[in-house]
Amino acid sequence: MASGRTFDLRSQPAFSFVALFTFFMLYLPIAALVMYAFNAGSSMAVWEGVSLRWFYEAAGNERVQEAALRSAVIAMFAALTATVAATMAAIATTRTRPYRGLTFKYAFINQPLMVPEIVTAVALLIVFSRIKVWTGYSGLGYLVAAHSAFCIPFAYLPIRARLENMDLSLETAAADLYATKWQAFSHVTLPLLRPGIIAGFMLAFVISLDDVVITEFVKSGGQDTLPTYMLGQLRRETTPEINAIAVAFLLFSVVLVTAFFFVNRRKV
Amino acid sequence: MTSAAEIVTQVERDDVRARWLLSAPALLIIFFAAIGPLFVMLAYSVMVKGDYGDVRFGELSLDGWFSVLFQRDIFDDTIGLADAHLSIFWRSVKLSLITTLVTLALGFPTAYFIATRPPHTREVWVFLVTIPFWTNLLIRTFAMQEVIRNEGILNTLMIRLGVIDQPIQLMYTDAAILFGMVYVYLPLMVLPLYASMEKLDFRLVEAGYDLYATRLRVLWRIIIPLVRPGIVAGSILVFIPSLGAYVIPRVLGGGKSMMLGNLIELQFGAGRNWPLGAAISITLMAMVMLALLVYVRNAARSGAQHG
Repeated sequence: MASGRTFDLRSQPAFSFVALFTFFMLYLPIAALVMYAFNAGSSMAVWEGVSLRWFYEAAGNERVQEAALRSAVIAMFAALTATVAATMAAIATTRTRPYRGLTFKYAFINQPLMVPEIVTAVALLIVFSRIKVWTGYSGLGYLVAAHSAFCIPFAYLPIRARLENMDLSLETAAADLYATKWQAFSHVTLPLLRPGIIAGFMLAFVISLDDVVITEFVKSGGQDTLPTYMLGQLRRETTPEINAIAVAFLLFSVVLVTAFFFVNRRKV
Repeated sequence: MTSAAEIVTQVERDDVRARWLLSAPALLIIFFAAIGPLFVMLAYSVMVKGDYGDVRFGELSLDGWFSVLFQRDIFDDTIGLADAHLSIFWRSVKLSLITTLVTLALGFPTAYFIATRPPHTREVWVFLVTIPFWTNLLIRTFAMQEVIRNEGILNTLMIRLGVIDQPIQLMYTDAAILFGMVYVYLPLMVLPLYASMEKLDFRLVEAGYDLYATRLRVLWRIIIPLVRPGIVAGSILVFIPSLGAYVIPRVLGGGKSMMLGNLIELQFGAGRNWPLGAAISITLMAMVMLALLVYVRNAARSGAQHG
């Protein structure tokens, strides 16, 4: 910019003020939530000093332990299934000339993002409740299946991005050196793709872990995950125990998302 | 003897077949646990409702669709508009529109602020917007409850300052839902706005000032038209999930202030009217598809302008 200029081209009246206010508002509610998790008293209204009491209570609560374990198991299976399926689908839909059905595949894979969650949730309720009656099976399989489906587009995204930015010459070199298709894939493509696959898995894991709506409608009795357990608790008179659970959950998500950013940023 | 051309076609055909096999697991999972059930729901919407939920399988009826907008009087069987449903439809659309406008009013200056920071600090500001975005929706809703409940920060602060004597009852009102939706969906407005502002060419802004435009005029005639794709994308990204919101109105609106998502749940729960619930769900989906269509057409048009 020219020296000696006093007129700032970029400034707009009150914009910085509104922006800083917005950032303040984004973090104020979370700060309040975190603060009350450390309240020594059992009321959500009165502050009675700092303590870790509610973290211990939450950690010792059997229903919370079960829900947390169930959340982790579902997220693990769903993210694994979604990542494997998404990796295969990404390989099938990139680095090719357009072929018949390609657009159809894109639309199909991204469909879970287009429909409101509550609509998918009741549609799954309808179908799964009938399957439950027919087969008598009411295990976690339904939740894993539902979660796998809506995790696929999230896992697909970073894997596909990675594939599209990948250098083809290394695979060509492998083929020139008489590698079979499978050898070229497992020794060249897959290692190069690994950061994308890890990022896709982590994204799918967080998405599954966070889900409230579909889980709430698909779960059978006694199959609460951590989010649906919290949703149930919010109906009652709450204690800071729920804040403590929320803070632990929050911390875990932030760590995972930060890790995701670093994995995803690594250069090809 | 096969010619070279035939071999090439054969190889290409094999390649496409391999690609279908590879994508089969993803397509099957999504068909079984996402798309297929939507078609089953469509079928359920035209069946007779069961006495204790579910439907009477195979008995067809359009009652579900009829009750989306109309009701029969229990006494004289006259047909009237279902006011309860209409008011929930109206509330959903109204609150979603207001949410979109408020997030735009807050998000536009915020995105502009980020885009005009020095390049190395921009990433930090963007990251600050991304963190709440990745935080669990339920936790953010619950956090908003901490702010607006009767003993929450907002009321405590205003009483301390002497603005009010009695706490204002915000929980379980439309205002509470609005607070929650603005808070939860704000990052969805800021991120696409920022993406288009980052590319803003400030030489055009400079040209405006050289021609004696005021700041407001530059904003209105140069900046806003240039970032219009971001405004449209952000608005759609906020409007669509607002319309289908379920958790926020359930937690902050309670039973008093329902939105479409809660009306749907009611039909599958205490209402025991699955065909009606299915019909409302399909209506909601159609509304969302319509909004998406507007977006796609708009994106295609602005793409054509630049191309």
